[in-house]
Amino acid sequence: MRFARRAAGVAVAASGPRTAIELREVAHAYGERAVLDGVTLSLTEPRIGVIGANGSGKSTFARLLNGLVVPSAGTVLIDGLDTRTQGREVRRRVGFVFQDPDAQIVHPTVAEDVAFGLANQGVPAAERDRRVAEVLVRYGLDGHRDHPAHLLSGGQKQLLAIAGVLVMRPQRVVFDEPTTLLDLANTRRVARVIEELEQDVVVVTHHLDLLAGFDRVLVFADGRVVADGTPAETLGWYVARMG
Amino acid sequence: MRTRDLAYVALFAAIVAVLGLVPPVPVSGLPVPITAQTLGVMLAGSVLGARRGGLALLVFLAVVAVGVPVLSGGRGGLGVFVGPSAGYLYSWPVAAFVIGWLTQLCWRRYTLAWALVANLLGGIVVVYAIGIPFTSLFGDLPLAASATGALAFVPGDLVKAAAASVVAVAVRRAYPVIEAPTRRATAG
Amino acid sequence: MLSLYVPGTSPVHRAPAGLKLAVLAGLGVGLFAVSRVEVLAGVLAGVLVLGLGVARLPVGVLWAQVRPVWVLLAVLFGFHLVVTDAATGAVAVLRLLVLVLAAALVTATTRVTALVAVVEWLARPLRLVGVRPARVGLVIAMTLRFIPLVAEQAARIREAQAARGAQRVRLGAVVPLLIAVLRLAHTLSEALDARGADDVPARRASPGRA
Repeated sequence: MRFARRAAGVAVAASGPRTAIELREVAHAYGERAVLDGVTLSLTEPRIGVIGANGSGKSTFARLLNGLVVPSAGTVLIDGLDTRTQGREVRRRVGFVFQDPDAQIVHPTVAEDVAFGLANQGVPAAERDRRVAEVLVRYGLDGHRDHPAHLLSGGQKQLLAIAGVLVMRPQRVVFDEPTTLLDLANTRRVARVIEELEQDVVVVTHHLDLLAGFDRVLVFADGRVVADGTPAETLGWYVARMG
Repeated sequence: MRTRDLAYVALFAAIVAVLGLVPPVPVSGLPVPITAQTLGVMLAGSVLGARRGGLALLVFLAVVAVGVPVLSGGRGGLGVFVGPSAGYLYSWPVAAFVIGWLTQLCWRRYTLAWALVANLLGGIVVVYAIGIPFTSLFGDLPLAASATGALAFVPGDLVKAAAASVVAVAVRRAYPVIEAPTRRATAG
Repeated sequence: MLSLYVPGTSPVHRAPAGLKLAVLAGLGVGLFAVSRVEVLAGVLAGVLVLGLGVARLPVGVLWAQVRPVWVLLAVLFGFHLVVTDAATGAVAVLRLLVLVLAAALVTATTRVTALVAVVEWLARPLRLVGVRPARVGLVIAMTLRFIPLVAEQAARIREAQAARGAQRVRLGAVVPLLIAVLRLAHTLSEALDARGADDVPARRASPGRA
């Protein structure tokens, strides 16, 4: 187990074999308030979990991964792409699912909303319709095609949000507390969706059991990574530490 | 404009719409009940500033025009743009813009007094300066007649300007959306 | 979705939204050049035939849009009766009545999405000043999305206050409500950007942004 491993001189070449996510001395502050403080990480595992108390910096960490937040200092590289200068290209590769399903849906009907990202990518209408239909079937929303999106249940809305991201076929998906606002049944459903994804995932969560089968778990506290290891190593340590 | 600015614009357009669903509130001592919608106009300017505030009201009018019944009393559609009181609608984007402009002028020392000045000038003077002549033009009425008719709404508008100012000052402290003038050089 | 649209398949419903809006705009200008009561009455009859006969709208749909201005029209007529004469009054009232009814007819027979498409189309000249029409459509979609969200948040805060014994909503409650919805708007914009909302190439036309 690697506790608070500061990468002193771990100069990895950007063209290394499968350096998926790379943070170098990343710091970030919102105005006066520092939220991340000198984080250096190299993440190559397909399934990464992130835990930590509220305000520990994990949500900001998640937003760094697709360039929604550009760090105040340091560099974030996704497959060698710098989020500061190649933000759009990074966002095409990295999908992002948020905590609040209500805050991710914009179009009046289910199908229109799923098509939103494809329209932005300039996908032709015929292919757009086909891909939307396909993804709606996959997430059990095909019966709601033309329903008003705001009348779906919380769990269905989150599935819709996931469908809207996955229809764009990103190479990896970041989830920021995807189950925090859901009930138990829907939490399990979303957990199963994440489990079945072929893409690489980074999941920020308070639901520790979501991370049981993951490859690597990071524990954030006060803007730093304080523990880093397999779920077996980190989850128990984290629970004990919370007292 | 960044997507975030568009979201704020849409949000205040929606807030004005939701305020239209609030039934008019009778206040003792005032001749006519207060409708909440111009409160939204004042808040849009005070919270978002000139450009985004003005746009929010333009978007609101577009939403009314496409037939969403969000004008107070459940009205909507294109008909409301041709009535004798339509001038007041047209005044809203201008009012929000002026309020926002005045707010940005004094943003660094934005106190309740400044907020009141901005909301009174933009939210009342501008609105009446556009609304009253429009009524007389469209209804073939003399200016004085339509001005007299409008007087009944002034007390309610004063209450709203005060309320909007109190809220705007508090929101600025907790969640400032307008940026300090020094940092605006690269905005837009 | 909340809207004044009344579904139907009549020729009025099927007419292109742009055409209907153009005719309406034409009426708005044209009627003020006409001051003969017979002509205006004829146009009024025409609008009523289209609305009730052809489009088969319920009378209530049209009446709902006339009702709010009814008193005003009556006052206007009374005023003219005193100051000018009945004929001038009738012309003024008829003009407004026709416009309000024609507008109600367009709104009731045209889907919101079709009208939004027209708004986007109308916004095309704005490209010259750097406005992308698709952004106009997006902002309207977001507004329609926010209306139920803001209403829900307001209801939630009203309930929370009532639970603590407050009789009416206090001004202090508006501030947390506004901050909550501002946060929501910010998150929504992040979610849209994450799905490529700012990905449209036209953006590169604006210089000075890395």
